[in-house]
Parts: sequence; structure tokens; C-alpha cells
Amino acid sequence: MAATLRRFFDSDLWWSFTRSPVTMLSALVALICILGALLAPWLAPHNPFDLASLNLLDAFKPPSWAEEGERAYLLGTDDQGRDVLSAIMYGARVSLLVGLSATVFATTLGVTLGLLAGYLGGKLDALLMRICDVQLTFPSILVALLIDGVVRAALPREVHDQIALFVVIFAIGISEWPKFARTVRGSTMVERNKEYVQAARVIGVAPPRIMLSHVLPNVMGPVLVIATLNLGLAILSEATLSFLGVGVPATQPSLGTLIRIGNDFLFSGEWWITIFPGITLIAMVLSVNLLGDWLRDALNPKLR
Amino acid sequence: MADMPMLELRDAARYFDVSRPALQRLIANEGKRILRAVDGISLSVAKGTTLSLVGESGCGKSTVARLAVGLYRPSGGQVMFDGRDLAEARAASDQRRRMQMIFQDPYASLNPRWRVRDIIAEPIRAFGLLPNRAAEEARVAELLTQVGLSPLDGHKFPHEFSGGQRQRISIARALSSNPEFLVCDEPTSALDVSVQAQILNLMKELQSRMGLTYLFISHNLAVVRQVSDRIGVMYLGRIAELAPAESLFRRPRHPYTRALMEAIPDLDMTGRTRIPVGGEVPSPITPPSGCAFHPRCPLAGPRCKAERPELKPAGDAMVACHAVEEGRDAA
Amino acid sequence: MSGQNPLLEVRHLRVEFPTRRGTLVALDDVSFTISAGEVLGVVGESGAGKSMTGAAIIGLLEPPGRIAAGEIRLDGTRIDNLRYEDMRRIRGKDIGAIFQDPLTTLNPLYTVGRQLAETMTTHLPITPAEARKRAIGWLDLVGIPAAAQRIDSYPHEFSGGMRQRVVIALALCAEPRLIVADEPTTALDVSIQAQIIALLKSLAREKGTAMMLVTHDMGVIAETADRVAVMYAGRIAEIGPVRNVVKQASHPYTVGLMGSIPPLDRRVERLAQIDGAMPRLSAIPKGCAYNPRCPKAFARCSQDRPELLPAGATQAACWLYAGEGAGNG
Repeated sequence: MAATLRRFFDSDLWWSFTRSPVTMLSALVALICILGALLAPWLAPHNPFDLASLNLLDAFKPPSWAEEGERAYLLGTDDQGRDVLSAIMYGARVSLLVGLSATVFATTLGVTLGLLAGYLGGKLDALLMRICDVQLTFPSILVALLIDGVVRAALPREVHDQIALFVVIFAIGISEWPKFARTVRGSTMVERNKEYVQAARVIGVAPPRIMLSHVLPNVMGPVLVIATLNLGLAILSEATLSFLGVGVPATQPSLGTLIRIGNDFLFSGEWWITIFPGITLIAMVLSVNLLGDWLRDALNPKLR
Repeated sequence: MADMPMLELRDAARYFDVSRPALQRLIANEGKRILRAVDGISLSVAKGTTLSLVGESGCGKSTVARLAVGLYRPSGGQVMFDGRDLAEARAASDQRRRMQMIFQDPYASLNPRWRVRDIIAEPIRAFGLLPNRAAEEARVAELLTQVGLSPLDGHKFPHEFSGGQRQRISIARALSSNPEFLVCDEPTSALDVSVQAQILNLMKELQSRMGLTYLFISHNLAVVRQVSDRIGVMYLGRIAELAPAESLFRRPRHPYTRALMEAIPDLDMTGRTRIPVGGEVPSPITPPSGCAFHPRCPLAGPRCKAERPELKPAGDAMVACHAVEEGRDAA
Repeated sequence: MSGQNPLLEVRHLRVEFPTRRGTLVALDDVSFTISAGEVLGVVGESGAGKSMTGAAIIGLLEPPGRIAAGEIRLDGTRIDNLRYEDMRRIRGKDIGAIFQDPLTTLNPLYTVGRQLAETMTTHLPITPAEARKRAIGWLDLVGIPAAAQRIDSYPHEFSGGMRQRVVIALALCAEPRLIVADEPTTALDVSIQAQIIALLKSLAREKGTAMMLVTHDMGVIAETADRVAVMYAGRIAEIGPVRNVVKQASHPYTVGLMGSIPPLDRRVERLAQIDGAMPRLSAIPKGCAYNPRCPKAFARCSQDRPELLPAGATQAACWLYAGEGAGNG
């Protein structure tokens, strides 16, 4: 373990990380967001979902540094007396959960199909790539909307409410897999013709094994970069869906939901209800994107 | 069966369909395009010997290598391994174990993400040759020493080694399953000349110590002279001449073989005037009719354009040339 | 031929690569000259620095590589410290380049004729019509059949050998005084190689163009070069007339190199091999870079780095040929 750590800190990757103040700052911001979200149940000053603890009299309190603000509610409260800061922390939790799960799903699905298409070629490849082509002509948010809408229509209300989170994750994941599949397919086709794969074929190693143990490690590089950049996109997609009212259920509001709720009050002067979740969302997505940019440049052998 | 050849090709052929996509062909009213990479080859490799195949690019020697080890199925003819059909033999893991391949590119032939010991041990694991990890590690260490590397090199990655060292690792991997037959596809072409000497010496030593049979592919006649018992000269997917090594060099018979020897730069600077053969190797998709070499051959006659020559004995060699058969080669 | 007013003078050239782990020295105190009409071969194995030398002369060193010391003079004028614009002008006009891969040298989007004509009009005071006429002449000269028709063909419509001929025409058409050719025949088949070598030789003779021929193939050098420099680990190990270097090498590395080339005329049981490998740039031994592998090394070799010393008909960077060391080896 110690040796691995030492090797990591000695590596070119770490060195390029420490040379870029923007990247280090992004990492810090991302870390804060992630920790805040993960540890929300313990760190949040209030529990915005505990209906008993809410006090309608505390509704519409502005942030603590403003005139009528209170120390207890650092960033103010919304229309139901929920502490905005706590709501943000819990909301970020949902946003991150959906974003990460959707990205993991898209990555797994895309990489698997890309490997199969690239290695086996032929009709399977043609079929999968045509599906990708068709899907890529639609904006991904539209695809997500479509799937979400279909499921909503198909299932009764109560069932849908229970699995709403999974539906959102599935919808966003499905909308993103072609990117991964395409890239992995291209890399797989290159690797498949290399002699180390042929050496494995000479021995008689079965294709699934070759794909997993030989090809996959060599095509994962770009996947990592795409996944990181995609995380930001997934979080945004979820926020968009929730903003439109078709994302996560009301019982588990995400940042997008919060922005939607606060939007109604934006022009009547209670700006903090929507602005702070908005800033958090931007900070999260921006920092993840900047990290992805750095990773892409750091892993690019030509720039080293 | 000691006298059964290790490898035998009987009129083996391998074609590739390189036609354009069906729709485009339809629009352009084109036929299919078939690349005849190997177009009817017969040869045999006796156990314990080295047969080399030489030729320029496009002659099909690399395709023959892949046919010999089962990476390609023949489009025609037969490939026999130790008396049995190769594809049948390869269905059994204890037969697959007996054949291995060494590749040309030392950089692409090792998986960059695997450690050297895993690379070398892969055949051992695939064939279940050793019972446990400890035995495996001991064997890997033994192999590394055998090819001139240190046993400690096992835990390193390929990029930490030079081209010549990587080729040694490839050889170690090939030897790990105790094979009897090794197909070597231009194993030293990508190496510097001093490293090449090391690898060739190593391969010769291993062969004499372990009784290996080699099918050696190369474009370099000088290299081939040092390692071969018999040599086959290929041109456009066919064998032009097949002869014992010394015989080929002392008295090359086929006009193409002679042209090839003439083309080699004169390191000894004897100052001989060389007449390089004109023209270029035609495309294997549309080979010339009859004898593939006739457009560039100084001895070409009307029969050469019409009729494809068969391999016929000429002295202790086999030559596919009408001129040789008719005694028109005045040498 | 050599000696009087050399066309190209390289003196104490040093090329460095700053990396985060320290500075790597790719070329260390390299000096040689080329006279007009002469062909200098530069041989060595991978990593010896021969391509780097060519790149430094043409001014195409890849950053962060840079010339750290020394000078390169073309006909008396320094060219290693020129601005990019000035070097660009010289590069096309006075120095021509031939690289290994004709596919990447030629622009796939322009016809061969256009590339030739453009090169000529850029560097010579002629009209486009005259340039086209000359382009046809050049294609003819390099042996492209039906030049007048092929002039409007695209590079991909030529075969490998033909393409390399076009590249040679491209390099020569601006009538440079020096050509730097980096492995011009390595990617070609043996029979085509022979044709291209013959072509290069005859054109160089005819036009009086000096040539620096970089290659790892000793056979090509033996056929084409007048003098040859053998490089090892960024330094010149031996330099001299080609006949002497090939047949009676002085430097132990050259001897080992020549010995490891498989002979075409006989079979040997065991090829003479040099044990070990060329040192990496980050780990060049003290003193003579070859000393760990040298069968004739003695005490001084691991201490002091040898200069090029006269050794018979050639010059070798080897302490065996220092006046006082000659008795010790």
C-alpha cells in the first residue's frame, strides 16, 4: 500500500496536478461539495425533511448577513420554513447520487457494448453502431425525458413514486451510453489487431476473456476522462429533469428541485431560495468539468 | 511419429474479401475484389529443422505464418500439424500447447498493462500446466534466465524494457508452454543490428538445446542464411523457389530469387555493378496472369503469360519457373 | 573533396532535453563537415542521436529539445541561431529534406504537380507556368513513367516506391545545396531500395548536391556514401572514408557493429554479438560511453571522455589511439 502511494505521488499525473492551481482549486471545491453531500445527515444544521421541526413562522427568512436574517439559518429559509443550507446539502446528496449512478450505468453499458462491437465486428457491430447513430441524433435530455415520460405513463402513480429515482438514473444513463460505446469500439478495434491479442488467440484464450483481461485495461484511459466530464452532464441532466418537474420525486428533492421551488419566488424578492442551490450546482458541475479537462490533458501521451 | 513433418501445407490458400460495401458496389457497378494473399502453397517443415520464408511486402509470408498457427483458417487446401488437420488439432488444448508464435513488433506484442511475469505465465495458466503459484513463479524465473534476463524483471512492465529485451520476453512467453513448433514472424526486423545478432544467437541456441522446429519469416536474406535449413522464396502469394539453404545461395535458380540477391546492398563493396530489377510488386488483388513475376522477368516468354508454373524439381531445389524447366536459364 | 571549404560545418553541437527529472543530453559535442557534392552517411542504432542530428541541422528539433551549445554553419553563415522565419526560408531553398515515410511527407490533398510547383515558386524566381514545366521534368528525372500525365495525380495514387521518388523530386526541385535524408529507403522493399539508392547517388553527383544520409542500414551506406560517421549514445564514435570504416574499423564499437551484421555470403555458427545495450540518455556512463561493453576497455576509458583521435585512415573517439595509450590496449 505504502509503495503504491509512493509511486502515485511520484508519478507524472500527480506532478501535473500540483502544477495547475485551477485544477487543485476545482478538486477542493468538488471535495467540499461531495463531503457536504455525503455527510449531510451529520453536518447539516437542520433536517429539512423532518416536518415536525419546521416552523412556518420561520418561512422566508433571508440569509443571516441580511437585515432580518437569523444566525440559525445561515442562508435563509424557503416558503415552508426549511433551512436553505440544509436543503442544499441534502439536495446535493440526491444530485450526486443520481449523477454518479447514471454515469456508472452509462459507462458500464457503453463500455460493454463498445467492447463487443469492436472485438466481434460484423453484424453486431453494424447493428450497435446504427443504434448509436440514431440515438445520437436526439439531444440526450430529450431521450431522458422520453424514457421518463413513458415509464410514468405506463406505471401507476404509487409504483412510480417508489422507483422514481431508479427511473431517472436509468433514463439519464441510457441517454449517455453511445459516447462510451463509440470511443471504446474505436480503441478496441485498434487493440484487437495488436500482436499481444493475437498471441493470446494463438494460445486459445476465449474471446470474452481476451476482451476483459487484455483489451479492457488498454481502452479504459479515454473512458475515465469521458466519465468524469459526463458526471457533470449527468448532474445537470438530472437538475434539468427535476426543474421541469419530471425528475426525482418531491420527497427527495435534488438541487434541481430546489431551484424550481425557489424560481417561483425569485421575482417577489426572495432570491436566496433559488440562487444558492444554483450556485452550488454550478460549483459542482464546473469543478467536475475542470477536473475532467485536467485528466484528459494529463493522460494524453502526446502532451507529456 | 518421428518422420511426420511438423507442419505441412498442401496447396493452402487464403483469400480476403476487400470489396467495397455492397451499396457502393451496386452504384458503381463493380464486382467483388478478392485479395489473394496466399494462392496455393505447398511446403513441409521437418521436425527439428528451420524452414524460412523470404519475400518482399505483399508476398503473403506473414499470412502463411498465421495460417500455420491457426490464426487464419485456410480458404482452400489443407494445413496439417503433425499429420492432423490443424483446425482439428487446435481443438485440443494439449495440441495447442505444442505450437507458439513470436511476432515482429516488440512494442505491440506485449500487453502494456500486464506485468512481465503475467505475460510469460499466461500460456502456463491457459493450459493448466503447473499446479500452483509457487511452481509458476519458479518456472517464470527459469524462463527469464534462459532468455538472458534477470528473474527480478518479472514484476516490471514492458515499457521499462528495450526492444531487444521485449523480444526476449516474447520468446520466454513462447517457450513457457514447452512447445515443439515455433512460428517466428520477422522476429528481428524491428531490432537494431547488434541486438538482432543477440536474438538470433539465442534462438539458434534454444533450437539446438530443445530440439525446436522453426518456421521463420523474414525479408532479410542475410538473416535467413544464418538460421535456415531450407528456404522458400515467395512472390505474390506463391512459392517461386524452395531449396536447401546453401543450395539457394550458391545457385539461385528462379529469376526472382536472383533479382532479390542482386538487390541487396553490397556491404563488401566489391564494386560489382548491380542491375536492380525494374518495376514494382503488383497488387495481390489483381495479380498478373500466368506466372506472377512475368511482367518484371528478364526470361519471360509467351508461356509465362498464359500458364502458371508449378513447383518442379531442379537439382535439389523446387522451382516454379517455365524458363528453368525449359532450360532457358543460362547459369 | 573533403577539407576545402566545407559546405556544412557542425562544431561541438550539443542538444539537450530539459525534463522534470533533469536535463537529458541527446547530442554531446558532435562535430563534422560535409563538402559540396559529398555524401556523408550517419549510422547508428536506435537512440544514438543520428535523427536528432539531422533534425538539428534542418531546424526541426521538437521542443523542449533545443540546441544548447555549438554551431552549425552553412557555407560560412550560422544557421542554428536564426529566427523561425529565416530558417524556414533556408530550409526550403538551401537545405532539402527527405524523411522516411513518404505518406506523411506529401500532402494528401494536393496533387503532386502542385506541391512541386509550389515549392519551386516559393524558392526560385520563376513563373507558375515555368514551375509546372520543370515539375514534369523532375518527375521524369526521378523515373516516374508518363510524367506529363502523372503530374496531376494525388500522392495516394502512387505506390510506395514511386511516392518516395516524388519526395526526392520535391526535395531537389528548389535546387538546394544540401539534402538531409533520414532513413529514405527503410520503409521500402529491398528491390525498390536498390532503385532509390541508385537514383539518389546519381542525382547527387549530377547536381553537386551534398547529402547527409542518416540510416541504420550499413548496406545502404556502403553503396551510397563517401564518408561515414558512426554514432553512439549521442556522440560520434568513428568517422572516416566509408571503405575504411566498413572494412577496417578502428573503434571497438564499429568493429562490433560490423561483426554483428549477418553476412550474406556464408553461414556462421554464431554471429559476433555485442553484449548489453546502448545506454539510455539518462544513464550515460562516465568517460567513454561505450566502455561498459567494450572488450578492450582499460582504466582511462571509464574516467575521461575521448576526443576524436586519428586512427589510421579514420578518426575514432577511443583511447586506444591516443599517443600514449596505443601501447596499452
